[in-house]
Amino acid sequence: MLGIVGTIPEQNFPLHCGTAHLDGDHILIEDESIAINRGTPAMIAAAAETLSYMGKPHPFCYLVGDIGNGVGCKNLYKYLTDHIADTALKTLALHYFQPDLGLFKQMLTAIKAMPGPPILIADAGFMYVAKMGGDASSFDLFTPDAGELAYLADEKAPHPFYTRGFILHEENLVPDLIQKAYQHNNAANYLLVKGATDYIASKSGIIAQIDSPSEEVLEAIGGTGDTLTGIVSALIASGMDIESASAKAAKVNRIAGFLAKPTAATQVYDIIKEIPRALDEVLRSGEEGKGW
Amino acid sequence: MLKIFRKKRAKSGQSKQDRGILVFENTTEVIKAENILTAGGWSIEVKGPPPEIRSGCDLVIEFPLIEELSIIRELSEVNIKPVQVVPVTSVLLEPVDLLHEKEYGKYLMVRAANMKITVDKETQLIVNVSGGGCPDVPYLAEQMVNKHLDSAPHPRDVGYTLCAYALQIAYERVVKLCLV
Repeated sequence: MLGIVGTIPEQNFPLHCGTAHLDGDHILIEDESIAINRGTPAMIAAAAETLSYMGKPHPFCYLVGDIGNGVGCKNLYKYLTDHIADTALKTLALHYFQPDLGLFKQMLTAIKAMPGPPILIADAGFMYVAKMGGDASSFDLFTPDAGELAYLADEKAPHPFYTRGFILHEENLVPDLIQKAYQHNNAANYLLVKGATDYIASKSGIIAQIDSPSEEVLEAIGGTGDTLTGIVSALIASGMDIESASAKAAKVNRIAGFLAKPTAATQVYDIIKEIPRALDEVLRSGEEGKGW
Repeated sequence: MLKIFRKKRAKSGQSKQDRGILVFENTTEVIKAENILTAGGWSIEVKGPPPEIRSGCDLVIEFPLIEELSIIRELSEVNIKPVQVVPVTSVLLEPVDLLHEKEYGKYLMVRAANMKITVDKETQLIVNVSGGGCPDVPYLAEQMVNKHLDSAPHPRDVGYTLCAYALQIAYERVVKLCLV
């Protein structure tokens, strides 16, 4: 089963653990209905669409309301430390969250102690705190964008906000930044770098590049990185190896974006709706989206 | 009168050796303190904390050490109390200062570090906020998207984290490019 940990941008949304279902442009978890915008709800929706297509169980989500003050996240860190082993999870994707080094390390210790620890994927705040704490190599996959990759490549930056200008500079090519991130042990076993070209890499180097179909405006649309993380997490939880899942997820996300005919003002739900069709293009008859 | 004189003196005579840092409970407190001290004319800068006091999503305020008492008093008047005041003993991290701009037809996107904001240049409406990883980013997006640049809340006023601070930097650049 795929587990997802993240936040809902509402101060009073209580801690919820349970199976998430899609209901139009909302997610249902226990007695809550959550609008699908950007952030963790977009990631869950993309994962749920993918799991449904693959005929796998719905994702099991650990969610809490937090608008940035960290109160909800602290509660969920503690809950996960005590209860993460209660549910059998094959894959665990960690998403938007308040970085807190001490609480994160306690939670990670609990995850590693699970019988048959899950494949670990981190994006957003969890990726930041994993690198910040020197724990990147405990993870199987990170899904950074270009700005976040520069942060991983900067061995001195404790948060993307402090990434040094000479590393952020556009002349620094993605392959160089990937190499730097691995050189300083600040990358997961695999990287799926989102951008104009998506890169799949490991310590050994670049494994694959996906650059079509190309819709430049996707970079400006909030949530398109979240959908990619959701799709790849779901494919991995469905039994696919990380390399194949990353390449296929990148293709699916690009095709879904293309099918939505986006402008820079498009909202991410319009892209999520296209995921089943995009999955069909990539996965049916082993064609792997060759026509795209 | 004395206070004004002292502030001016601090601005002109600073060096790293006589700087201290104010450490706060969270980034929200830092942002509040920065607003108060900047409005009061103090010579301060927001920086990254040294590794020994880093806990997660952190900012500190660098200030002229000699003005410690006056600054603490000014902050206490608005119930803001730093948890630590220590001298600067190492090079502090500088916030991001390199921004990327990209145009998509009538839309302009500005990226600061990991945060992006996109505006319709014709209507000056914010059409998208993306990037980031802290939980206030989706919240900020909800508050800002579909608002006019003139009337949208400022990330520094409603956000809490370094991602909000980075978005503020991107927002200020967009305002400068579209409104000024």
